[in-house]
Amino acid sequence: MKKVQLIMDSHALDLAITRITHQILERNRDLSRLGIVGMQTRGVYLARRIAKKLNEVEKTSSPKASRLTAGVLDVSFYRDDYRKTHKKPKVQVTDIPFDLNGMNVVLVDDVLFTGRTVRAALDALVDFGRPKTIQLAVIVDRGNRELPIQADYTGTVLKTLPNQAVKLSMQEHDGEDSLWLVEQEKGD
Amino acid sequence: MALSIRHLLGLDGVSREDITQILDTADSFHEVLEREIPVVPTLRGKTVVNLFYESSTRTRISFELAEKRLSASPVNFSVSTSSVSKGESLHDTIKNIEAMKIDMVVVRHGAAGVPYFLTQCTNAVIVNAGDGLHEHPTQALLDMMTIRRKVGRLEGLKVAIVGDIFHSRVARSNAWGMKTMGMKVVLCGPPTLLPQHPESLGVPVTDNLGEALDGADVVMLLRLQLERQSSGTFPSIREYRERFGLDLEKLSTLSKNVLIMHPGPINRGIELASNVADGPHSVILEQVTNGVAVRMAVLYLLGGGENA
Amino acid sequence: MLKKPNGATIYPIDNSNPAGSLVIKGGRVIDPANRIDDTLVVAVKDGRIASVSRDVPKEFDKAKVIDAKGRWVVPGLMDMHVHLREPGREDKETIETGTQAAAAGGFTALACMPNTNPVLDEESKIRYVIQRSEGCTSRVFPIGAITKGSEGEELAPMGEMVRVGARAVSDDGKAVAKSNIMRNALNYSKSFNIPVICHCEDMVLSQKGHMNEGVVSTRMGVRGIPAIAEEIGVARDLLLAEYTGARIHIAHVSTAGSVRMIREAKKRGVKVTAETCPHYFTLIDADIGMYDTNKKMNPPLGTANDRQAVIEGLCDGTIDVIASDHAPHVSEEKDVEFDAASFGVAGLETSLGVVLTYLADKNLLMPADVVLKMSCNPNKILGVPGGTLSIGTAADITIVDPKAEWKVESQHFFSKARNTAFEGFPLKGFACCTILDGRVVFERTN
Repeated sequence: MKKVQLIMDSHALDLAITRITHQILERNRDLSRLGIVGMQTRGVYLARRIAKKLNEVEKTSSPKASRLTAGVLDVSFYRDDYRKTHKKPKVQVTDIPFDLNGMNVVLVDDVLFTGRTVRAALDALVDFGRPKTIQLAVIVDRGNRELPIQADYTGTVLKTLPNQAVKLSMQEHDGEDSLWLVEQEKGD
Repeated sequence: MALSIRHLLGLDGVSREDITQILDTADSFHEVLEREIPVVPTLRGKTVVNLFYESSTRTRISFELAEKRLSASPVNFSVSTSSVSKGESLHDTIKNIEAMKIDMVVVRHGAAGVPYFLTQCTNAVIVNAGDGLHEHPTQALLDMMTIRRKVGRLEGLKVAIVGDIFHSRVARSNAWGMKTMGMKVVLCGPPTLLPQHPESLGVPVTDNLGEALDGADVVMLLRLQLERQSSGTFPSIREYRERFGLDLEKLSTLSKNVLIMHPGPINRGIELASNVADGPHSVILEQVTNGVAVRMAVLYLLGGGENA
Repeated sequence: MLKKPNGATIYPIDNSNPAGSLVIKGGRVIDPANRIDDTLVVAVKDGRIASVSRDVPKEFDKAKVIDAKGRWVVPGLMDMHVHLREPGREDKETIETGTQAAAAGGFTALACMPNTNPVLDEESKIRYVIQRSEGCTSRVFPIGAITKGSEGEELAPMGEMVRVGARAVSDDGKAVAKSNIMRNALNYSKSFNIPVICHCEDMVLSQKGHMNEGVVSTRMGVRGIPAIAEEIGVARDLLLAEYTGARIHIAHVSTAGSVRMIREAKKRGVKVTAETCPHYFTLIDADIGMYDTNKKMNPPLGTANDRQAVIEGLCDGTIDVIASDHAPHVSEEKDVEFDAASFGVAGLETSLGVVLTYLADKNLLMPADVVLKMSCNPNKILGVPGGTLSIGTAADITIVDPKAEWKVESQHFFSKARNTAFEGFPLKGFACCTILDGRVVFERTN
């Protein structure tokens, strides 16, 4: 894959995450009933950043409010392509440190594409309990949906060609913050 | 990543990478088992036959729970109630079962080599739940998972396995699996219950309990089958208890972090004193919980794919 | 005639057609009993050896010629340890199919063990086998049981069995557990000048075992039979033979300890002869691999050390005979889990090939030794007139091609049995022609 176009640099990414954080807060006023869950792998770092920003905002308005911790979700066991052996990725940690019954859960992921990963996440979450609502936050929505799934909070919308993809890099995992549009090289 | 093996027939010859992957995946299933709904849809639509020629309630239940938690459809086939008692051969039994379209077979049998034999007669994935005196790989895997979760690692730990080593497939699978993972295993028992050719298992063997327990991080007791006394392999239960049973007094000579394990069922007061079995060092019940998680991991990693 | 896809052909005997004259020329005639090892012509008339000479005798210029150039011409081979399964288990083998397999293996004679159903433990049953074997493509010498039903309790009527044709007694398949019974049997046998063939095994030590007890069995999780089970049996029977002065023949010797004790006993003058089987000087317990039931027999395959000791025993004369212990089984008894499989392997059609490939071709045995161990000695031990090419004797001749390369394919066996330990093995050498009473009963070119 080769890089074609820089969609967001680290500053633009930070602005997007901040905007999404405020949008979440706008819709979910009661932080005690809000749960953030990041999807492995990069969704986890995004979720933690969102949780951190939510805590900062909340601290200024009510210093005694309890801190929000992001949960972590791996959906390997819920994928609908689990029968294809060659597609079996390494199973990672799932840890949801709060009871999500009656909570407003915001699922966080880096890219929304076909919608299948989110469908798997929905199945996983209802096995943990019965949330009041499940909302979806993504950095980039690249279209080409195969299931009727939509994001509630979107960083940016990008139409991609079949031979293209998007690559989100995050400081914690990849050493830098950026969002690139990438393309398959001939011979990839 | 799928495993490099297609069936789980034993741990002899299984790579460190494969064992590590099973243990890592088992940790994830351990988390699943703590959820409100401890079920995942991974093996939905797959049929697993539990083919148990030897009666064994706890292993079978453990496998059955693992299968149900993976949303698979388990079918239990136990010998006394089946056509086998009418003289049907193993070959015919498995072919008949296969004709009913099954995906995986979990088999326990009194003759070594039966799981391998099944791989030659059927296309299903075979998981060995114990074959004669040969291997019991899922038991060894759950033992290793238990140790790893408690101590944080496996490499370099010393494990003493004490009891009727000769008749124990648990001892064998542990000897092979733990050795692969870099652990130091010592097998201990009275000479009449040790293999005549101990070098074949690749780990030190001794009849001196003190030597085996010296520096042990883990002590695993094996069940003494009381019928063996009548076959002349040890003179009395009292003598066995005194020389090889683990009680508080012997426990006090061990490290303060030592783990006490037992594959179950326990002969309380014989190989293991009750107050040790129920004491703070014992991880016996965790072994049982981990057993379901490990079996889920094995079934998931071997069975989640398209049939070849 | 019966012809296999590989060209091997059995010619059943047709007594209405008298055996014509035969001339076998160009072959290396090996007849140790007459101290002959040379390229000579053998002439056969009326079913008997007429002459063994440099040139074709004048009266034989119209006789049928067999070209034996590059081949060995030897006295008909004898396999003195064969299980024919008739009466009782004709599904596994019959006297007819067993003798055809023998002829295909180059054997003009065989001795059959009495562990049939019923056991051959009295006159009428010995007569039955002799009658059924008349007209077959190999001579059959029955061996009677030592005890009634081979139960190990009461002596079987040795005298009457010998009178109608039994050449030895044995409870093969089992040992005679009670030493006092064995002592009586040995003493009683002295009146008949027959050997007591001993299956040596401490059956309590070996019970529940399925293969040699060793490093391999421990690793495979299979209960083992310790070598000492055979050795304790050998020690006992050697001591009993020494004490009673009787003549014993130890069957299927497989361990180093057994070979050593037999060697020492012979030095002391004990009247003992011994036999081993092709699998004991070629295969070992590790060859069982992934629970291959076609390598399961009793006594079991030993260690490399045992194999080496057996080879040394053959070379120094401690072991007198090579016999197959041909034990046919049906697939239902072999195509099962290892523990449940019956003990025993087929051997008539592979015996000579294995001996030639693994012993003769490697110069461990000279051709004359092969003839001694597979023809002269078995005939002598059983006291029957075979094993030589002496003038006037029955023309039982085996022509051997020592260079022929072939592969063991049990599907082409004349035996009903398919349970060979040598399936797929590439071998060098086979019997290319078997002649019984001057008639060609078997031929093979590739």
